[in-house]
Amino acid sequence: MREYSSDVVVIGGGPAGLAAASSCLEAGAGRVLLVEKEAELGGILPQCIHTGFGLLELKEDLTGPEFAEVLEERALNLGAQFLMNSYASRLWLDEGGVVVECVSPRGIEVVHGKCLIYAAGCRERIPSEVGIVGDRPSGVFTAGTAQTLMDLYGLLPGERVVVVGSGDVGLIMSRRFAVEGAKVVAVVEMMKHPGGLTRNVVQCLEDYGIPLLLSHTVLEVRGKSRVKSVMVCELDENLTPIGGTEREIECDTVIVATGLLPEVGLLEKAGAEVDRSTGGPVVNEFLETSLRGVFACGNVLVVNDLVDYAVEQGRLCARSAKSLLDGTLQRPEAWRRSAAGEGVRFVVPQLFSGAEDVTFYARVKKPKRNCRLSLREVPMDIKLPIVRPAEMLRISVKRDYLSKVERLTLEVVE
Amino acid sequence: MSIRVSVVGAGVIGAAVARELSKYEDIEVHVVEREADVGWGVSKANTGIIHAGYDDDPEMYPLRAGLCRMGNELWRGIVAQLHIPALWCGSLVLAFDEQERRTLEELRERGVRNKVKGLKILDRGLCLELEPNLSDEILEGMWAPTAGVISPYEAVVALAENAVENGARLHLETTVKSICVKEGRVTGLETDNGFLRSDFVVNASGLFGDLLSKTAGVDDFSIRPRKGEYFLFDKDVSPKVDVTLFRVPKPTTKGVVVTQTADGNLLVGPNARDLSGHERDATNTTRDGLDEVWREATKMVSSLPPRHSAIRTFAGLRPEPDGGDFIIRTYDEPFGLLNCVGMRSPGLTSAPAVALKVVDMLRGLGVPLTLKAHWKASREPIVKFRELSTAEKDNLISSNPSYGKVVCSCELVTEAEVIEAIRRGAGTLDSIKFRTRAGMGRCQGSFCVPKLLALLCRETGKPVEEITLKGSGSELVKGRVGRELT
Repeated sequence: MREYSSDVVVIGGGPAGLAAASSCLEAGAGRVLLVEKEAELGGILPQCIHTGFGLLELKEDLTGPEFAEVLEERALNLGAQFLMNSYASRLWLDEGGVVVECVSPRGIEVVHGKCLIYAAGCRERIPSEVGIVGDRPSGVFTAGTAQTLMDLYGLLPGERVVVVGSGDVGLIMSRRFAVEGAKVVAVVEMMKHPGGLTRNVVQCLEDYGIPLLLSHTVLEVRGKSRVKSVMVCELDENLTPIGGTEREIECDTVIVATGLLPEVGLLEKAGAEVDRSTGGPVVNEFLETSLRGVFACGNVLVVNDLVDYAVEQGRLCARSAKSLLDGTLQRPEAWRRSAAGEGVRFVVPQLFSGAEDVTFYARVKKPKRNCRLSLREVPMDIKLPIVRPAEMLRISVKRDYLSKVERLTLEVVE
Repeated sequence: MSIRVSVVGAGVIGAAVARELSKYEDIEVHVVEREADVGWGVSKANTGIIHAGYDDDPEMYPLRAGLCRMGNELWRGIVAQLHIPALWCGSLVLAFDEQERRTLEELRERGVRNKVKGLKILDRGLCLELEPNLSDEILEGMWAPTAGVISPYEAVVALAENAVENGARLHLETTVKSICVKEGRVTGLETDNGFLRSDFVVNASGLFGDLLSKTAGVDDFSIRPRKGEYFLFDKDVSPKVDVTLFRVPKPTTKGVVVTQTADGNLLVGPNARDLSGHERDATNTTRDGLDEVWREATKMVSSLPPRHSAIRTFAGLRPEPDGGDFIIRTYDEPFGLLNCVGMRSPGLTSAPAVALKVVDMLRGLGVPLTLKAHWKASREPIVKFRELSTAEKDNLISSNPSYGKVVCSCELVTEAEVIEAIRRGAGTLDSIKFRTRAGMGRCQGSFCVPKLLALLCRETGKPVEEITLKGSGSELVKGRVGRELT
């Protein structure tokens, strides 16, 4: 058994964790030890070989691996310490702060930190979670598994593909298959609008002649050994299948790209409160969870659309960790609550003090045009030409406003 | 020359029979299985319940009634010997109205006739003490303390491994086309891998039992598949149940069950839908069927996790014999055929008792049975890293660093466990899954499938294009990226 101690422990070496580690060191928050379960840093970035990374952060359009390299070099140059191939399997609080038990080929590693930044990322929604029934053959993959197989292992998972879900992940994977000469026979989307960005609909589907079936769902997967076909049908306004519209589409592969869920298991087992609307932990404006001294950032906090937001959250965690270690982190006696109002699915952070400026992240439930993002309790009102569930809304609110309200409700109205 | 007994089908019945036969000298035991692994038919997809034995009417179904209670007792020894996950959680049959209340009393009486111990009718308050998550509507319950759950697929693996260790031979991916008969005697099996000479044939081919029997000219029963669909939830969901919960049984089924599995998952199902004889591989789930299961289950408990949070839905088929009772028969002609099929519920529970009966019947046919001096009753399990203490984990990693490489993070399965499973014959992704639980957690393999694929290639030396999910035809990848575009 090996024991380690550090001022700040970071779990997860993806963009949020790397950014948090670097920012801690830049701010002089003491020693930083980052625990990463894989042999490589970067989290999910190394398998995202498309561009679109670092637009806000670096004002450059990089691929995932390139962006990962930038973040990784920065953390290394600043002197972050790493425990690679180390999987955090247990987490608890003690008098000194936080303890993490990790499994590595070197043995069990017990890591003590004065505080912890949790950046363990997310997982993908699986077929049963989206109500797909039928057979259980080979050839049904989540988008992330397919991407790992293609971009990290160099393997082609299928040749005739149906993609379920038209979020950016589904769109990008459709193009990825098309580029390899696979036939993407359909992208099936439940809603009557595509889930992803318009530019991705154009660049990933239209440019490759891939049909997008809106208001459709995959009812059933067929095939005993390998996928042979899927049954699809149209959906009405209430997302109920319309009888008589069923048809069979032959394919050998089904890619499930229906969304991501924060991987909060370890936090939840340690007693952290979880927000059912984000799937991530409830946090205050310091991105501190209900476990004192445990901060969360990146996709485990809330599923982000842009990597830049994960980085931004990592930085905020670092500032909070620094304040905590300096003894200047001011928690109020009672937290005020943010809330999702009309048209809004969730708001993060869920708690604020009123003493600080706060950047809130939110997502809408449905796309809308020419609408307003308004804060019910304070006189802030932002005109938005278009909002979509796929795009995170980000809004900074001054403490002058926040100090005057007990509650803050974000709404998106026509 | 030793006598050769061939068992068709490596389900729980075939595996239990093979293990039982492996105790004896001078018998060459062969088990022939069409799938790429053992236990992949009826045995894989069921509730895993080891029933107490009160359900079956001893006049109508004497085999079921007698073998179930006996099987329950036998399993207790076997799960300890072979290290099969088991949970002796007891079961409650719930009554929601006066008529169901009377049925409870009938069940209890029947249980007493079947020599089931400890049956008690409990009032609502006592039932709620045993299982706080019961529906408010319940009036009474019948408590059966001897009921439990085992891991049905690990049970088959364990029985088969133990049989093989004691000399039985297992032929996977081998389909029996017919039982050959000459001059009124069984002579062997015609398979897609050639002829297997056999003096005796135990037909334990589950859903295909009647079709196989017909090839030997025996046509005295038929088997119909009865489908059951299930929801499986993660171990960490809430609320779960502590006790296995039943409705009062109907003539065709014990109804939807809400239970824990032996591994601590929440399992809900099955419904019962009769299929035609042409649908013996129709293990597809359906929206209607799952709706029906969910409706029933929500009546039984006060709350369940959200339906859409199930990590898996699946369906299994039960082989329903036309008479309702198990078919365990020998024939004057062809001599040497032993049909051991129609193992509908409580088939899993009864399996060890069925195996004893089969051996007895073979003795009756003149098979000389002399116990081996050195028969190994136990079987070492694959180490379950997740169940060890911190110090034990650390020690294990120092002896073998592969235990420090987590392959499946949802279920905390390590590379060493996967390698051990492969070494024991797991040649497909599903074989690894059912032996180690890699891929059985909340991400359902999203993260570990590529790693498992790579490990299978490395350990078996097979090209990646040949690695399958569950045997030939279920290859996982089509080749490499960067091919010439056509």
